[in-house]
Amino acid sequence: MPKDDRFSLPGYGPAERHMAESLVEIERQILEEPGEDDCDCREGMFPGMTRRGLLASGATIGGAMFAAGYAGADAPPGALEYDVLSDPTSAPGRTILIDGGYGSRSQFENEVRWRYPTASIDSSWSMTPLASGHGIITPSGLHFERHHSGIATIDPRRHSLTVHGMVEEPIRFTMDDLKRLPAVSRMHFIECSGNTLTEWEEPTLKTVQGTHGLTSTSEWTGVPLSTVLEMAGVQDGAAWILAEGADAAVMTRSVPIDKAMDDAILAYAQNGEALRPEQGHPLRLLLPGFEGNMNIKWLRRLEISDRPFMTREETSKYTDLMPDGTARQFTFEMDAKSVITFPSGAMMLPRPGYYEITGIAWSGRGTISRVEVSTDGGKSWQEASLEEPVLPKCHTRFRLPWIWNGEEAVLQSRAVDDTGYVQPTIEELVAVRGTDYVYHLNAIQSWHVAPGGEVTNVHA
Amino acid sequence: MSMLKTTTTPIALAAILAVPGFAQESGGADVPRTVAELPDRLPETNEREPGPVPDTSAEDIGEIAPDAFVFGVGHRPSQEQIAAIDIDVMPGGAGAPSGSGTYAQGREVYAQYCASCHMEDLSGNTDLGAAALVGGRGTLDTDNPRKTVESYWPHASTLFDYLHRAMPINAPGSLTDEEYYAVSAYILGQGGIVGEDFELNADTFGEIEMPNADGFVSDPRPDAQ
Repeated sequence: MPKDDRFSLPGYGPAERHMAESLVEIERQILEEPGEDDCDCREGMFPGMTRRGLLASGATIGGAMFAAGYAGADAPPGALEYDVLSDPTSAPGRTILIDGGYGSRSQFENEVRWRYPTASIDSSWSMTPLASGHGIITPSGLHFERHHSGIATIDPRRHSLTVHGMVEEPIRFTMDDLKRLPAVSRMHFIECSGNTLTEWEEPTLKTVQGTHGLTSTSEWTGVPLSTVLEMAGVQDGAAWILAEGADAAVMTRSVPIDKAMDDAILAYAQNGEALRPEQGHPLRLLLPGFEGNMNIKWLRRLEISDRPFMTREETSKYTDLMPDGTARQFTFEMDAKSVITFPSGAMMLPRPGYYEITGIAWSGRGTISRVEVSTDGGKSWQEASLEEPVLPKCHTRFRLPWIWNGEEAVLQSRAVDDTGYVQPTIEELVAVRGTDYVYHLNAIQSWHVAPGGEVTNVHA
Repeated sequence: MSMLKTTTTPIALAAILAVPGFAQESGGADVPRTVAELPDRLPETNEREPGPVPDTSAEDIGEIAPDAFVFGVGHRPSQEQIAAIDIDVMPGGAGAPSGSGTYAQGREVYAQYCASCHMEDLSGNTDLGAAALVGGRGTLDTDNPRKTVESYWPHASTLFDYLHRAMPINAPGSLTDEEYYAVSAYILGQGGIVGEDFELNADTFGEIEMPNADGFVSDPRPDAQ
């Protein structure tokens, strides 16, 4: 079977061609398998496998290509490599829908999540590349991840949510059921309470992705949790809800019922499409402003009780050790925090001149009311402009024009929320909490700019 | 299972996709699928079909009253359906399954399923991300606090609950209830929290006094202002 006959359309780039060739080779190997002679798959090439399937399996096929010695297909994750003409006006571009009908990013964009080097890969986290972010939305493919036992793969048709315990009537919802209920869409950040945990004692990680990349913002769509609780009928005396995931960690947290009735969402969509698997597809709990771990992914069960369940994640973990040996428990809200994402750590300013300082600010207790920026390590502050929309419990983008004169500078941002809370310095936090607190480090971040333009993480 | 999926070889992947009907099957929740198929085409215009309108699982939608949160959506689960996933164990042992286990039995369970990561002496293995399970008493207010089941965990129920739902890491939930009781008793015994003759069951959680039971305080934030 001549390889090029099927895949010689001008719109095919090297990636598609190589994938197709790989598939032909795989098909040949399958057909050579003894006992496969009667298989229907001889009839045609991969029955049911559309080009979409072909492209969707690109990562796997890419591995086959690599193993087989094929060159090319080096496009970054989320991109496909297409032919690059020296003059893009000289010939039509690639054919519409050659991506199968689901787009991918440019092959020239390369931001990726970075996995913090935990010893276990089953329980690990990856961080959002905030330095290259724009606006306030985190692309779904770059939303930070925290998994305690891998990423579950769940068919939404086989998934359900059971509500039971101190209710008038237990109730069970299929995913279809949930999509028939009144929905809301809200923009909210989720921040892991372990964000910035490496920075208590001294500057440790070098980039803003490493120091602050466990926060991301999406538009979340789903059913208000209060609706479902009203349907089940919560009994008098109920005070807590156990939320439980269907992943291998069967992750559990206790949620105060007041929060559940306030603004909690049973979210099935993120940024306009179904949740990404690593964000809990097909269903996650969203508790706006509360520490990320409580936003249970792959949600399968809600049990209503009069007391907290004292799960591992609210006793052994996600409790905050004080210098006197006691630990704070049920520290839910993420306090106001901000960080300058540009310029930020490990960048090199090429020369003096005009730069727009920009970053994000957020508060789990409300709306950002002000962000101040210092270029002299906190001696003086200027108010940054806040980009609309400024939403409660959501990333807020701030900007401040800056003319760098080539001299040493220390860049800082300080957020204030509408409760009046002012983001503290690291010294102020450590004075109260010591350095074994682990979670909830929301201190002012400092970036040192050297006369040569090198930007580094410092405590200042 | 997810690991298996991600390491599926291209040959195997192609083979799965090549079996007629396997990935193409549509139907109800009883039919396992590995992927979704593309939306069908409409006649004449060749447009893609919109997704099916979600149907409610309610047997009888009855009278609808949205203002009273009556939508004719969802169904009442059977006791068996609830029991199958209602696995949590609360302080004092509420929700704990029947069965029991002893320290002596737990020694064998631990050796077989736990020691390879958490080490024979329960000291953990930082290279594997396996936590130390015992030791650390008296360290919480020092510069080198060591948080273990023995030194930090405030409730014995949490240990059983967590092991039962999430351990061993490569096959969570795969031991019997008796084995989970036994290995919990063993870890508590190794931590000097219960004696070697202790038998753990739903009724004895309440007898266990965890060393750090009073070590937790409520959230006083905002602080550091």
